[in-house]
Amino acid sequence: MKIAFTAVGTTWDSQIDSRFGRTEFIVILNEETQQLEVIDNSAVKNEAHGAGTATAQKMYELKPDVLITGNGPGDTAATALKNLNMKIFVDAHNLTLEQAYNSYKNGSLKQL
Amino acid sequence: MTSKSPLKIAIASGKGGTGKTLLSTNLAAYLSQFEPTLLVDLDVEEPNDALFINAPLLSTANQHKMIPVWNEQECILCGKCARVCKFHAVVQLGRTISVFNQLCHSCYACSELCPTNALPIQTHKMGETRFFEKGNLSFIESRLVVGEEQAVPLINKTHSIAQQKYNHIKTHLLDCPPGTSCPVVAATKDTHYVILVTEPTPFGLNDLALAVETMRQLGKDFGVVINREGHGNSSVKEYCQREQIPVIASIPFQREIAELYSTGQLVYSTIPAVRQALEQIALVIKEKGAKR
Repeated sequence: MKIAFTAVGTTWDSQIDSRFGRTEFIVILNEETQQLEVIDNSAVKNEAHGAGTATAQKMYELKPDVLITGNGPGDTAATALKNLNMKIFVDAHNLTLEQAYNSYKNGSLKQL
Repeated sequence: MTSKSPLKIAIASGKGGTGKTLLSTNLAAYLSQFEPTLLVDLDVEEPNDALFINAPLLSTANQHKMIPVWNEQECILCGKCARVCKFHAVVQLGRTISVFNQLCHSCYACSELCPTNALPIQTHKMGETRFFEKGNLSFIESRLVVGEEQAVPLINKTHSIAQQKYNHIKTHLLDCPPGTSCPVVAATKDTHYVILVTEPTPFGLNDLALAVETMRQLGKDFGVVINREGHGNSSVKEYCQREQIPVIASIPFQREIAELYSTGQLVYSTIPAVRQALEQIALVIKEKGAKR
């Protein structure tokens, strides 16, 4: 399984970024290899519009099985993500990636 | 601009609810007693001048913006369209190209650069313009379709309708949206004078200062009308004095004004203080027209 996190930093103890479209980083955990892959999403800061669809397009390229984020994608991004076969878990802000992953594993994260 | 073209007066404010509609509708009706006047409601997200201008509807026109539509059969999924779209309105989602109309700025780049012509441009209804006429008063309003996010294209379109269709009317009053963002910049564009309506409260002052900053950056000639004078405090007056901004008129805080307004009536013929304020504003407008 590939698990994607929206994150404010690049490491396992970074906080979850509450935003989807404007997340600073996308961190991907490959559960088989236990490797972290980091995608810098900070260029989206310069975009006045369309951050949600731009990040959604990245998700189609990365194809994670699961996304763990904070507030959850906005309406437009949610529409864009509709056809991607990816489970979305929300309300993980205030957690580190590690804590969020553990919460996901024990089933205490809310699924969209 | 030649002196024959209409004098365009924008009625704007930083804060919402300060009295743009009250002033626009009453001023338009007042001025039209003396000469042909055009009132344009540019608050396309929530136009409401029509509630007060009791004029018969002449016609309605649909307004469109141009949007690319994906043709799956022609598409080779090269991704050029998604890369060139500055607004991420066109994105490649797996083997699908998705167009998000609400983000599209009608720049045609995706359509023009598509090697297989798989993104032809089609019209998309964004709103409607309504035309009214009563005596010397011409009135038009534009209204966005519910769900449309961009006010600017419809505001620009309405500007050009006013320019083309009502060039013979010497005075155009433009009721603008509140705030200081793109719609206000679009609405006040090409106007000769901006009336900023405010109220004497801390909120009024805060947003007035933002509006003043915007107008200065745009290089606009502007003055302030204080509505509901008599309540709140004197900080707006002090601010205007300090910043050397002319306060061209004040409308008093009176229960009767609110009562009439709440029933959709114009107030200037019944409330002398409002008529006086309009007379002062009319003088300023005349002056601005003469100076051009």
